[in-house]
Amino acid sequence: MSYGPKPWLQAHWDLRAAGNFILGGTGTGLLLAAALAGPAAWRWPLAAGMALIAAGLGAVWLEIGRKLRAINVLFNARTSWMAREAYVAVLVFGLGLAALALGRAPLAQAAALAALGFVYCQGRILFAAKGIPAWRTRGVVALIVATALAEGGGLLFAAAVWVVRPLPTSWLVALALALFARGAAWSRYRSRLGAGAARLALEASGRILLYAGTAAPLALLTIGLLLPGLAPGADFLAGLAALAAGWRLKFVLLRRAAYNQGFSLPELPVRGGR
Amino acid sequence: MVADLRRCVGCQTCTAACKHANSTPPGVQWRRVLDMEVGEYPDVQRAFVPVGCMHCADPPCMHVCPSTATRQRADGIVTIDYDLCIGCAYCAVACPYQARYKTDDPSFAYGEAMPSEQQGFDARRIGVATKCTFCAERIDAGLAQGMVPGIDPDATPACVNSCIAKALHFGDAEDPASNVSQLLAENQHFRMHEELGTEPGFYYLWDKRR
Repeated sequence: MSYGPKPWLQAHWDLRAAGNFILGGTGTGLLLAAALAGPAAWRWPLAAGMALIAAGLGAVWLEIGRKLRAINVLFNARTSWMAREAYVAVLVFGLGLAALALGRAPLAQAAALAALGFVYCQGRILFAAKGIPAWRTRGVVALIVATALAEGGGLLFAAAVWVVRPLPTSWLVALALALFARGAAWSRYRSRLGAGAARLALEASGRILLYAGTAAPLALLTIGLLLPGLAPGADFLAGLAALAAGWRLKFVLLRRAAYNQGFSLPELPVRGGR
Repeated sequence: MVADLRRCVGCQTCTAACKHANSTPPGVQWRRVLDMEVGEYPDVQRAFVPVGCMHCADPPCMHVCPSTATRQRADGIVTIDYDLCIGCAYCAVACPYQARYKTDDPSFAYGEAMPSEQQGFDARRIGVATKCTFCAERIDAGLAQGMVPGIDPDATPACVNSCIAKALHFGDAEDPASNVSQLLAENQHFRMHEELGTEPGFYYLWDKRR
């Protein structure tokens, strides 16, 4: 067996693990969107958001080697962000299900706050993975949180455009802010990402995020505002673009940019002296 | 653990000894020796570099482990409790040294288990994280008999015992009189990826002190 100092892709976390970050982030964004959506339309985004988070957790459960011991994930909340993520998930589902059962919007808002904690834990899970430079780069937590907000907002737009007409201006402003925040978080993260294989792997997705996932949705939202007749289609496309660009970026971050740093020798052996 | 890079000849005897002592399945190699080419023609140098779990003083694998399966003993050896581990592989992506493995299904060198593989097979290792233990059971058994790890072979990791070039050394780095402390005092050394702050317990000697 021979390895050089050249980094190679991690093979431990596959699409199932990436699914937890992708679906969990979007679900969280949807929960936050539900909290901001107002009294008329919080139930379905809340239910859909919880379903997405559950699907993400289910996906990662399929990846663990000892599925019947999954409860052990709760044992080390003292230092492990994965354990903390599990505890916060329990809180999200508890509050969310209570909100749906009791019909209480404030409980949905509390669930959204807890979901924000959930996605923050996801960001910290990546940041604590010292073996993967693209994950341990400062700014990854803000990127994960910001893209969750944009993805959730995007999904809300893409789905709500058929049932809520016209979409409230406050929703447009919230999505636009989330898109700006994600664009800024990506730029900040990218500036801190060192040169290397991970950066190369992320560059294309980053450009897509900025152009197709940020600029294009903002332009479409503006078109919808100026030309109300085109608004349903424009808003739908804007939401879809915001969602898809975020999913692509996270998939690449989790799978294609997840290079380790290989091995390195700061000094070479001086032979013959011993 | 101390590896003298000037002495290692890349014979892989330590990797074979580790495999024999720990019955690791195909593809799982707790002790490896990298064959590195460094530089560009015509300034190229070849180095053989033993690697594995560095038993870090501040191990990221332990901090991220959600189940407390990964722990650190008082003597610094980082261990995995196979009965607690859920096999999430978070420790594997947190390890900067690619020292951890997860095997989801039993596998054997020739398909069916040979008698030696049957003898060493441990079902608890399926679906969980595994890595070098510094042959902790061997060390403990030796210590119980009053032996000194790194000096007495029966209290020393198999890879160190097997090294044909005396490139691998094991001992108590906190004891200034120990074999490894003396080697570290007499030679220039480094630890891999030291900038990450994990304080690896694996030192590489590369030159004499001037």
